[in-house]
Amino acid sequence: MPHPWIPNSAPEIKERMMKELGIESIDELFSDIPAKYKLNRLLNVGLGRPLSEYEVKKVFKEKLGKIAKLDNAPFLGGEYCVHYVPEVVKLVLRRDEFYTAYTPYQPEINQGILQALFEYQSLMAELYGVEVVNASMYDGSTALAEAIRMALRITRRRKIVISRGIGPLKLDVIRTWLRGLDVEISEVSLSQEDGTTSYESLEDLVDSRTAAVVISNPTFYGSIERRVDDIAGLVHSRGALFIVFSDPISLGVLKAPGDYGADIVVGEGQPLGLGVYYGGFTLGILGTRREMRFVRQLPGRLVGLAPTIGGGDRGFALVLQTREQHIRRERATSNITTNSALTAIAAAAYVMYMGGEGIRRLSRSILARTVYFLGKVRAELKGKALPLFARASYFKQVPVAFPGHDYNEVFKKLLEHGIVGGTPLGRYDSSFNNVGLFCFTEMHSRSLIDDLVRVLKEVLG
Amino acid sequence: MWRQSRWDEGIVPLKKGIRGLSPLIPYEHEFEDVDVDGAIPRELKRDELRIPSYSELDVVRHYVRLSQESYGVNTGPVPLGSCTMKYNPKVADIVVHEEIEQLHPDLPEEYVQGLLEILWELEQWLKEITGMDRCTFQVPAGAAGELAGVLMIKQYHALRGEKRDEIIVPDSAHGTNPASAAMAGFRVVTVPTANDGNVDMDALRSAVSEKTAGIMLTNPNTLGLFEERIEEIARLIHDVGGLLYYDGANLNGILGIARPGDMGFDIVHLNLHKTFASPHGGGGPGGAALCVKKELEELLPRPLLVKKGNHYYWDYTCSRCIGSIRVYYGNIPAIIRTYLYILSLGPQGLREVGEISVLNTNYLVKRLVSSGYYDLPYGTRPRKHEAVLSAARIRRDTGVTAEDIAKALIDRGLHAPTIYFPLIVEEALMIELTETETLYEIEQYAEALIEIARKAYENPEELKKMPLNTTVRRLDLARANHPKRLVLSTKYLMKEVMEKG
Repeated sequence: MPHPWIPNSAPEIKERMMKELGIESIDELFSDIPAKYKLNRLLNVGLGRPLSEYEVKKVFKEKLGKIAKLDNAPFLGGEYCVHYVPEVVKLVLRRDEFYTAYTPYQPEINQGILQALFEYQSLMAELYGVEVVNASMYDGSTALAEAIRMALRITRRRKIVISRGIGPLKLDVIRTWLRGLDVEISEVSLSQEDGTTSYESLEDLVDSRTAAVVISNPTFYGSIERRVDDIAGLVHSRGALFIVFSDPISLGVLKAPGDYGADIVVGEGQPLGLGVYYGGFTLGILGTRREMRFVRQLPGRLVGLAPTIGGGDRGFALVLQTREQHIRRERATSNITTNSALTAIAAAAYVMYMGGEGIRRLSRSILARTVYFLGKVRAELKGKALPLFARASYFKQVPVAFPGHDYNEVFKKLLEHGIVGGTPLGRYDSSFNNVGLFCFTEMHSRSLIDDLVRVLKEVLG
Repeated sequence: MWRQSRWDEGIVPLKKGIRGLSPLIPYEHEFEDVDVDGAIPRELKRDELRIPSYSELDVVRHYVRLSQESYGVNTGPVPLGSCTMKYNPKVADIVVHEEIEQLHPDLPEEYVQGLLEILWELEQWLKEITGMDRCTFQVPAGAAGELAGVLMIKQYHALRGEKRDEIIVPDSAHGTNPASAAMAGFRVVTVPTANDGNVDMDALRSAVSEKTAGIMLTNPNTLGLFEERIEEIARLIHDVGGLLYYDGANLNGILGIARPGDMGFDIVHLNLHKTFASPHGGGGPGGAALCVKKELEELLPRPLLVKKGNHYYWDYTCSRCIGSIRVYYGNIPAIIRTYLYILSLGPQGLREVGEISVLNTNYLVKRLVSSGYYDLPYGTRPRKHEAVLSAARIRRDTGVTAEDIAKALIDRGLHAPTIYFPLIVEEALMIELTETETLYEIEQYAEALIEIARKAYENPEELKKMPLNTTVRRLDLARANHPKRLVLSTKYLMKEVMEKG
């Protein structure tokens, strides 16, 4: 059946082409497929027939009808939180020349994409305090797993020390990505007191076999690490590398990891105007220092400045491709090919739109909401709820324990009042059955936070 | 005559900004009285962020201009082999939709039943398309699917108490295959390609042993040829207890016509951004599905989507699974686009995709081979989704290389094919038109390649100077890659500027 997305399915054209090839039927082009493997029937897919654009939209609309419309921004946290997506970012996502392009293998015809990616690399390098950031990974979790693999290659050591501040979801991903290798993983707990990685445990665990120490700052639980300079010193004194995962939006108020000794920096780009999309339109940020022994082990695409032949003009091109799978095959730094170029460009557009000033203001404003909520919890929910780490400094996310309650029940009751509360942490760790992880962003107004605390007070009785 | 835009846009963040500008932050004023001074440990306070501010119009113009210096399928044909650069239907752009943009993965399942229903229905369709029994969308792209796949192969043997450390990969395979196998700790055993373009069976027979964990194949292969002896290959591998992994990058040429599941493959990945018209985004994000036969279901990354009555929910239980390959459930916009694509084309349209993409390939091959300039190595069997031509003769006769031909193509406003891949073809031009190009475009493309070849014999020096009509002229990649000249961010430039005063 002819279809406008398949222009040569038009009978006249199809016949002309077949005639040119000297074939009577299309089947002749498939004569080398053994008969037993030929389907010889139509697939049982879709609605059994092609659909018009109008009908397709109707189906989509019907599905959207089965998705709840939220009047208020949810307080759900964990790996992602809701953040506002500016229209300017959507403009970038919808530019046909960007989204319908392939990886810029022919640099001269794709200078725009290459410049946009170079700018992404530069803006992230500025945010994270390093000189090199690659042109993107799939998401924060896989970027972190690749960062660890990179450290294993650089140091040729076989042990990794990971702070539990990384959070259960990324830890699970890391374990999967290290399955193929003979690597020892040691986990370090967070202090119950202030939610920081125990320095004493690090001192015990980090040894001459350790390839890297991995922390998250802020942690998955929102707590801010304190002794980062000491940790960097310890890690480096034992010949290991320091890997730091950071929420990019925290870096408007928090010191850049590269500035306190991180050798490899990692992040999830989702807060940079990418939306949440049920966890699915992500960007992995991965960067390192300017030394070639690091850069050569960095996975993924890298865009560099390139002069024209004979000089006289500047351009951009993919560089150091000999690290990559299509050239190096089984000796490549990684198998990554498709990455997150479009979301990287969108994230760069977001940062340009916000400007350094805007990022700082947003970051400070998120911090203010975090502090505001903590104050309300301490003042109004005294005896009923308390921050999981009593003396921690928090940014954006706050784990709240509800002693004597199953948080899942609290969460349900909040829903009845039209509030989507924090993520129930019990689903990842049963010892946290009474803990919810609440996230605060620019989408949460003061009255919304007030409502949350008021309803919490009510349902806690 | 085609000429690409050139704007000489300044590089952000070096491009001059305007001090004191910032977009309004929602509800910022409501929290101005909150004291945040002591909220961050002193040693962790940030003191500078050297990113300028710009006006909103500055930002819009910057990206509109950069986009005009870029080239995608919606600009002209991008026949990169093994990339399946087909038209990304406009109707699917509705996924950039406010109603799904803010859906958090931790929302209760009953809040997102409509979305889960899309995932579930699409899984059923992809099972049917591949001939497999269960799929997950968790894998973010094809290569991640490969990693998950080979980790499953590893786990499969480990659970049977066997230690097998070899994965067989043909020399024509995509580079991701050996790279993925190596990431999972396997030793890669490469088997050569026979003169007819199939896997060399004698070599395969001697490569197979009790150490064989599995084989990774793409079928049709990267020469665009169907592996005719796939039945025998499957038997050889299964007989020694190994598994077959199907790299779905090349599925387009047999879509609706033959299924990897029927050919004996145990694990299949699909690239949603290739076969199913989700956009490539200038490199990503793509989307993928990983599908398996029933015996391997318990090894799939978790969580898996489950349907009970008319209710959908996530099952996190994992006793033998390989863990999760990324956080949460997959690249949702790409998944929805795939759903809308299959819905639009229906069974008839999907088969038409397979048939016409192959018709287009063979039509182009005929045009190019009959011109007398280009050769088609590995026999004259009909190609499928793509074809690999060789410009080796042109190079020998004139010194004009596959790269020169690529530059001459982009000089005409036509994107080049994949060049120098697969490695087994000299001066390779790997061309995949897909089914979405018109006959007119195919004729134009063939004409351009023939004219370039003619020019190679008449005036090779002229080709060496190309491109002239693109945003910039030919770039010096040797210099760009020189360790001392490498510039990977504006930070390198700032340092140089500062050093020079």
